[in-house]
Amino acid sequence: MFEGWDAVVLARAQFAFTMSFHIIFPAFSIGLASYLAVLEALWLATGREVYINLFQYWLKIFAVAFAMGVVSGIVMSYQFGTNWSAFSDKVGPVIGPLMAYEVLTAFFLEAGFLGVMLFGLKRVGPRLHFLATLMVAIGTLISAFWILSANSWMQTPTGHTVNADGQFIAADWLKVIFNPSFPYRLVHMVLAAYLTTALVVGAVGAWHLLRDRHLAGPRVMFSMAMWMATLVAPIQIFAGDQHGLNTLEHQPVKIMAMEGHFHSHKDGAPLILFGLPNQQAGRVDYAIEVPKLGSVILKHSPDAPMAGLDTVPRENWPPVAITFWSFRIMVGMGLLMLALGLFSLLMRLRGTLYDSRLLHMFAVAMAPAGFIAVLAGWITTEVGRQPFTVYGLLRTVDSASPLAAPAVASSLIAFIIVYFVVFTAGMIYLLRLMAAPPHPGEEGPSHDAPIRTAGITPAAGAAVEGAAQ
Amino acid sequence: MIAIDLAIVWAFIIAFAVFVYVVMDGFDLGLGILFPLFPEKHDRDVIMNTVAPVWDGNETWLVLGGGGLMAAFPLAYAVLMPALYTPMIVMLLGLVFRGVAFEFRWRTTRERNKWDVAFFGGSILATLAQGIALGAILQGVHVEGRHYAGGWWDWLTPFSILTGVALVIGYALLGATWLVMKTEGELRDRAYHLSWVFLLAMLGAIAAVSLATPFLHVQYTQRWFAWPNVLLTAQVPISVAVITALLLRSLAKKYDYQPFFLTLALFALSYAGLGISMFPYIVPQSITIWQAAAPANSQIFMLFGVAGLIPLILGYTAWAYWVFRGKVKPGSGYH
Repeated sequence: MFEGWDAVVLARAQFAFTMSFHIIFPAFSIGLASYLAVLEALWLATGREVYINLFQYWLKIFAVAFAMGVVSGIVMSYQFGTNWSAFSDKVGPVIGPLMAYEVLTAFFLEAGFLGVMLFGLKRVGPRLHFLATLMVAIGTLISAFWILSANSWMQTPTGHTVNADGQFIAADWLKVIFNPSFPYRLVHMVLAAYLTTALVVGAVGAWHLLRDRHLAGPRVMFSMAMWMATLVAPIQIFAGDQHGLNTLEHQPVKIMAMEGHFHSHKDGAPLILFGLPNQQAGRVDYAIEVPKLGSVILKHSPDAPMAGLDTVPRENWPPVAITFWSFRIMVGMGLLMLALGLFSLLMRLRGTLYDSRLLHMFAVAMAPAGFIAVLAGWITTEVGRQPFTVYGLLRTVDSASPLAAPAVASSLIAFIIVYFVVFTAGMIYLLRLMAAPPHPGEEGPSHDAPIRTAGITPAAGAAVEGAAQ
Repeated sequence: MIAIDLAIVWAFIIAFAVFVYVVMDGFDLGLGILFPLFPEKHDRDVIMNTVAPVWDGNETWLVLGGGGLMAAFPLAYAVLMPALYTPMIVMLLGLVFRGVAFEFRWRTTRERNKWDVAFFGGSILATLAQGIALGAILQGVHVEGRHYAGGWWDWLTPFSILTGVALVIGYALLGATWLVMKTEGELRDRAYHLSWVFLLAMLGAIAAVSLATPFLHVQYTQRWFAWPNVLLTAQVPISVAVITALLLRSLAKKYDYQPFFLTLALFALSYAGLGISMFPYIVPQSITIWQAAAPANSQIFMLFGVAGLIPLILGYTAWAYWVFRGKVKPGSGYH
């Protein structure tokens, strides 16, 4: 079985599958940890009960999402060794320390203070508890810093040399860490995490407002989330545009694939809105184009020449169709977020933020938009980097372990089955938590003893489950 | 080249990280292994709550061990992980089930039993896989150039199964003595009883692994029995005998804290024995720590982080344990 399969293709599929599942959770917990810190700070500052109720409500959701992020993250940290041993040997001296710093500065901080955050409010008091919440939030951001530095170095490698064994060696750590694409990628991803969380919080708030417009908790969370969407969606579009210009400078082939530019254009490239990229024939079939707009966006001049994939050897082409479409999905989601932000601002100014059922339905529908955009964005940048793991320097086929296809296929099937079971259950529990509105005296996971019923007494839990069946 | 030998420094750092992982996640996993022996729901609630606030920090040492190995000894990481492909994947999948069970079992009454089974199954699978991986490393793996060149089933031998079973017993003992320390009443009494059972089993396992190891390779035999090495190496079994006597006494006297910490000492001695066997190889019989070492500037860059941050990490981890000190009361916190 699987003897005829390509082990490297299977290893890539495994990476894509496990990475896609994993990134969902950090994207959500980076934003949610910050949101929890803001809620607790507001509670400490104002003493208003609604803030601590919201804090306890979202804390339970955070605990479940965080656990799924942890277990899927450990898989990632060992997958480099099992499936990409050649990459680990060659790139380990550069990437390894960045990831080790992520563990030392971020993972321990998050894990070390998570227990106090979840169970410790009555044991340590509000101020020390707020410190723990803050440490967890800061930990998530530090984690983003290091892992995006490592990924950015793979996209835009600088500050290294290569030794006799073919290993990359850092010549200048500052150049390695702060490589050319890193600042853009970090800003783009952290904003994405904040937006993703805001859309979930906003959707949950809107869901409960559709049922009862007068609930204090949902009103507050909905308003906060819509502010985030209104303010950050346009900033994110600008940040993404800047990131794209940076990519054009350092990874032009990726941009060619994203834009579907198989052919060079001497006097102004069109913007292909939609079409079917045909890798074999080297053209986009059924293309719908806006003349000159591609050059306007990327070069800020309608007649600027743009090179296409016809200037690049075919063996260095990334898979164009995937890159082209994932990019469009990401941009589409971004525009929808902008629309939601503007629509909510309009309603807010008209004084109908809590009354517009249309707005609430739109917000509920947008719940998964952030996750879709994050996944599409990562697919764009990672598939667009192909056929390299370290852009232009190390090919993906030369990065894999000496694998046998049956072994990789078996582990891939095992991952698919286990992830499907575990994360489906996790999603159901998350949705169940979100389906109940926050109520006064919300029992968070914070009791004298580290025992927790998660705010649901066994009897009430059974009732909720009964209702969910 | 600077005066200190970076490869030796890093070998100790990685060894330290792995040891901290083994003892800290060891008792977490041990609780999972003991789960079927505590069928009552209220007992299971208490057992889980003794580690719920700290398990995530404990598991992070595993990420440091793996990440640190990739960074400090990339060649060893690149050879060992494919060599241990199946045990590693099984361990990861086991840890997935074990980790989410901590959260999921509180979210449902209908499926709680399923997550209890996942907690047990994940814990025992991950432990077996870790023990098998240890045995497979001790046996040595087939290396050609800078790659693993053995088969997909090389890791599976009677010796690696022995080390796998031995680790399950060892973690169960850690879990049982942890419960003695953290619980009271009937639950603690049962934990005492189980501590006796698993201590005797662990002594048998230590003896079996100790007797089998020197027969794996002539190098191990010489390391342990050649004169004058034997003067030093003999201290290990002598210390094991002393600690065992103390441990038996502490169980007989029904002490709270001693059994757990003496079990840690037993683990430390077994671990030192492994180090004596392996040094200076990081992949026994084929790659030494110097051959596998990352370039000096990678190791130095990380040394700053380790020197500055590990004490800090140990500090706030200790604080978290301090916050949740004392016995966990059954039933408290239920509303």
